[in-house]
Amino acid sequence: MSAPRSALAVRPPQPIIPAGWWARHQRSLAPWLFLAPAMLAFLLYVIAPIFQSIAISFTEWDGLKEARFIGLANYVELSHDPDFRTALVNNVVWLVGYLFAIPLGLALALFLNQSVFGIRLVKSMFFFPFVISQVVIGLVFSWFYDPTNGLLFHVLHFLGIPPVAVLSDERLVTYGIVVAGLYPQIAYCMILYLTGLNNVRPDLIEAARLEGAKGWSLLWHVILPQLRPATFIAVVVTVVGSLRSFDMISIMTQGGPYGSSRVLAYYMYEQALSEYGYRMGYGTAIATVLFLIMLVYISFVLVRIWRQEKEL
Amino acid sequence: MFPTPIERASPPVQILYKAALPIALLVWLAPIIAVALTSIRGQADLTSGNYWGLPTQWKIAENYAAVFTNTPILHYIGNSFLVTIPTVIGAVALSCLAGFALGIYRFRFNLLVFFIFVGGNFVPFQILMVPVRDLSLKLGLYDTVTGLVLFHVAFQTGFCTFFMRNFIRELPSELIDAARVEGASEFQIFWRVVLPLVRPAVAALAVLIFTFIWNDYFWATVLIQGDHAMPVTGGLKTLNGQWVAQWQLVSAGSIGAALPPVVIFFLMQKHFIAGLTMGATKG
Repeated sequence: MSAPRSALAVRPPQPIIPAGWWARHQRSLAPWLFLAPAMLAFLLYVIAPIFQSIAISFTEWDGLKEARFIGLANYVELSHDPDFRTALVNNVVWLVGYLFAIPLGLALALFLNQSVFGIRLVKSMFFFPFVISQVVIGLVFSWFYDPTNGLLFHVLHFLGIPPVAVLSDERLVTYGIVVAGLYPQIAYCMILYLTGLNNVRPDLIEAARLEGAKGWSLLWHVILPQLRPATFIAVVVTVVGSLRSFDMISIMTQGGPYGSSRVLAYYMYEQALSEYGYRMGYGTAIATVLFLIMLVYISFVLVRIWRQEKEL
Repeated sequence: MFPTPIERASPPVQILYKAALPIALLVWLAPIIAVALTSIRGQADLTSGNYWGLPTQWKIAENYAAVFTNTPILHYIGNSFLVTIPTVIGAVALSCLAGFALGIYRFRFNLLVFFIFVGGNFVPFQILMVPVRDLSLKLGLYDTVTGLVLFHVAFQTGFCTFFMRNFIRELPSELIDAARVEGASEFQIFWRVVLPLVRPAVAALAVLIFTFIWNDYFWATVLIQGDHAMPVTGGLKTLNGQWVAQWQLVSAGSIGAALPPVVIFFLMQKHFIAGLTMGATKG
């Protein structure tokens, strides 16, 4: 009877968890299994194409025959290309012009942040332009600018100012399209600020009011600091939106007259896929420049999110 | 509340504000009202140059009948639904899974993977255009609804995962710990515990993605060539080229194209705005 007892003594302690491989590794494998479909899709359609595009930008390629490696030749050509320069300058105009959406959106939000009868409906009506396709907005604005019958023509006529054909004037065309682009963007910024204003701390406002702050100084010293998260998002979406501008240009002018309203996004599309022949290499070089510009803002956003994560 | 509530202002100011409100709204929506009015004008108005005044003839039935029967706009609108609805389902499904993984588990590379999704969601479309078009050609999916849907699902997964992960992280972790103690498997935790709780986030994402994809124009022109698969945004562009002088028909088509996202927005306004303004109140 003593033998079994000693055998029992040397038996290793029973594991508490059942020993199945899956059971042991479930916790550490689960996140990757949950991530797999999304990561696969995102890598295939978003991450890999970024690197492929950069690779194509060092080649000459019509999309059909073998691509031919030409080193930096596309970038050298870009540096002499007056159309590229026009597009780049127009991107700056878009960026600066678009930023007006932020103060204008704030102004609209301040105007609407009341609680009178029907204000909820009014707020959602003001938001309308953002919900509607930019194609529709672009169409309306090209009618608005129509030199023979557009509303702008009638207004100018009424004021006794000679008519201007905004969309066929090389100096004015980009500004004309930016104004059309601002229309939905102001609505977007407005809704961000309305949400922000909703969450402003009433006790701070009352305290400031007791100390005699009102109007501009109250807005500047008490309200705006509390609206900082809304402002941050407004800046991010506005900058990204301005660099993505494509729809309006394609609808309203197709880059014209004489390419004067092109931006990088549109010029890239035109070079890579236009009826004048496919220049994929040159197109992707333009796209790479656009990407590098955007990367500045992307890193800016990521650094901020990273800081927030560290605080948690 | 800021600005000072208008009820505290003097009566004339209050009246002024209440009068200014509808006027401002009218001016703000003038471009959209103009399209709506033009969509019901007769040809006579347009030839006489009455583009912006009240219509002299009301041709609402005629114009809409004409645009729906003489142009493929209904077909384009159908295509838009075929692209938009599967994209919404696909992107939301993928991001529920990925958001769960990133929001619940602490593992190496968690933040890196998260940053890839967030950063990727901001890249300009043009840097993806040539390879994505090429990939679609190779897969035999160029110029098909499926090809467009696959790309949209993949791209929107970036934003959706960002959103879902932040939402899931806010859930009380005791719920998950309790489920583990009771012996739930990781998938059961996802399916039975987390998924029922993220319904508001799913609703917000669904309406947002619906609007984004419905209004997409760039990818429709890059990945679709023929009318058979063209969504309404690209279709409208074509119509505008063909019906140059017939603004009333293009307007009617535009209204038809704009209606679905507008209806969705009105029905699910709360979710839409909650989704759009995520992060606007903290951070």
